[in-house]
Amino acid sequence: MEILPAVLVMALGALILGAAIGYVATRFKVEGDPMVEKINALLPQTQCGQCGYPGCKPYAEAIAKDDAAINLCPPGGDEGARRLADLLGREYTPLSAECQKESKAGVALIDEANCIGCTLCIQACPVDAILGAAKQMHTVIAPFCTGCELCLPPCPVDCIEMKAIPQTPENWEWPRPARKVPVSLIKTPVDIPC
Amino acid sequence: MLKRLRQFFRFPGGIHLAHRKEASSEKAITQLPLPEKLILPLRQSAGATPVPIVKAGDKVKKGQRIAAAEGWISASLHAPTSGTVRDVGDYPVAHPSGLAAPSIVIEADGEDAWGERQPFLEQTATEYARQVFNPERVQHYLQDMGVVGMGGAVFPSHVKLVKAPGIPLETLIVNGAECEPFVTCDDRLMRERADEIISGLIFLTELLGVREALIAIENNKPEAAVAMQNALAARLESVVHHIRVVIIPAIYPAGSLKQLVYMLTGKRAPIGVLPTQLGVQCFNVATIHAIWRAVAHGEPLIRRIVTVTGDVERPGNLEVPLGASIADILRYAGMRGSADGCLVGGPMMGFLLPHGDAPIGKGIHCLIARSPQLFPPEAPESPCIRCTSCAEACPQGLLPYELYWWSRAGDFAKTQRYHIHECIECGCCAYVCPASIPLPQYFRFAKDQLRAAAKNQEMADQARERFEFRQFRIEREKAERAEKLAQAARAQSAKRAVEQAGASSAPPTSEAEAIIAAAVERTRMAHEAETIDPKPEPGNPA
Repeated sequence: MEILPAVLVMALGALILGAAIGYVATRFKVEGDPMVEKINALLPQTQCGQCGYPGCKPYAEAIAKDDAAINLCPPGGDEGARRLADLLGREYTPLSAECQKESKAGVALIDEANCIGCTLCIQACPVDAILGAAKQMHTVIAPFCTGCELCLPPCPVDCIEMKAIPQTPENWEWPRPARKVPVSLIKTPVDIPC
Repeated sequence: MLKRLRQFFRFPGGIHLAHRKEASSEKAITQLPLPEKLILPLRQSAGATPVPIVKAGDKVKKGQRIAAAEGWISASLHAPTSGTVRDVGDYPVAHPSGLAAPSIVIEADGEDAWGERQPFLEQTATEYARQVFNPERVQHYLQDMGVVGMGGAVFPSHVKLVKAPGIPLETLIVNGAECEPFVTCDDRLMRERADEIISGLIFLTELLGVREALIAIENNKPEAAVAMQNALAARLESVVHHIRVVIIPAIYPAGSLKQLVYMLTGKRAPIGVLPTQLGVQCFNVATIHAIWRAVAHGEPLIRRIVTVTGDVERPGNLEVPLGASIADILRYAGMRGSADGCLVGGPMMGFLLPHGDAPIGKGIHCLIARSPQLFPPEAPESPCIRCTSCAEACPQGLLPYELYWWSRAGDFAKTQRYHIHECIECGCCAYVCPASIPLPQYFRFAKDQLRAAAKNQEMADQARERFEFRQFRIEREKAERAEKLAQAARAQSAKRAVEQAGASSAPPTSEAEAIIAAAVERTRMAHEAETIDPKPEPGNPA
């Protein structure tokens, strides 16, 4: 009988703590997977679909579910794969063979003389960076263009081309200093005795 | 007469350099013969690039505005001489990258004829007499006149006239330190045009309502200090009682903003805080001179004094129109054959001109013809032994060896934690480094990488936002379309119900509905009649 108060106290404690945990679990419930957001933040957001998923977020979701490899993102490049590996504690793997072509940042340009106003590119643009209406000339809003190239295939008259972003004194970057290692050449004797 | 008027505060770090100013310091300012062609890069100030308002073929007068300021942190650009605009296009600029940038090319007609000038003080002579200024008018006037900081940072001066809200401006500092070796243009300016600098300074102190103004001059320029003191003494005591000439010790980089402010006021700006927020404002002497030329004579900033020195026959201080070719100036000064390049800016913070030529801009104060005798080749870089000499020399109190370590390792986030953005790239660390490591180059590299990464992140955030909004919009449109279809279906079925009800005996609620119902009834009857007993068509026997 002496054991009864102890059992009751423990049971009461368990009840209170259980209630508290239950309340906290509902009150501070995390919507969605926080890992997806973290992965998505590391992806370059070009929404180009080169990874085989219809955008960066779906790819992030696939990575979070362990459905996809982390080396499928060409715009993110090797650096991106490395950062994903760091975040997820997975082993770093270089970009997969089909992603080897690291795409260069560019901006789509519509040849306005040839544009027929079909709106196909507008529908293809993942970031709504193309402005236009049916049978009206379209144009790319350059600051919003991510250079994903998704507007190129649907164009029936091939009037879109990718332009590299020109280098100007404003966006030029100082190069990494070249480390000059002193090298002195030693004259070798003409005939080395064997 | 020139007593040290106040105690100065010694900033940490800094180095003593050989001044090397004697080659050009005794040479009076001379005018460069007017070049035939001037190339004016549009971007000559910090902030936004002004927009050209002339086109090829236009005739321009001297001082005519050729590019208009774009936004607030931006300054206009003017024609340095009269002539014809030949081209508006990309030309190489004086920049370490050696890249081309949008520029306006003016072919001089040789007349050097001024256009219309409207000096601010003439416009507002009565207000000036009453000493009531409208600071905003002065700010806009100076922006129109294209006045920017001429010490090298080319920050638009009118922006610096805006007072920080709630903080009284106590001290105005006139930067005549000119701490970099070789450079003498500010020295000569103070010796020869002290009176105009004082006039400009009085104008500014009245405009800003400062308690005191200090003209800081390094102790290696006693003649300049005497000239400024004499110019002050010539004025009414009541007008200049709050202005003082202060001689400061020649410690590099005493002319840097934070160091100078600390030296004179003892106020140390914390990380990310501008001296304006401490109640201190600082202008270069050449900037004050330019402000005075603008407000009193209506002259926009179209020329500047450039020290040409180094391996040249005739070192000196040339007053050159903006856009003059650096190669022409060096030829005029007699660059010797032994020179192997041209340093733009001082030897500590300047850069080697990557190609033979570029035009003079508003911020270029010195050209040094480089030769192996003057600048012996640097010793090869050897590994950092973490001796911390650089940390002792750093005037900003940073740890350059840590910054170097993380910059080299490519861990730029770490460099940020060691406050790389506080680095002023003065070069003290590299000067004292026993391992000859080009530290500022590593820091510039790291800063640019950080800047690019920040820009990419901004782009990515924007793209994500737009992508997510697009997904949301597509969903919404789908829902709207479904809703519309459902509505149409509902309307259809309702109509059918009404028809059936109308066919029975539902009483029409209004006249219009009665008419419609009647019409519907008529067509229905007609239809029925047609299907039961089709009308015989003419010419077609039943």
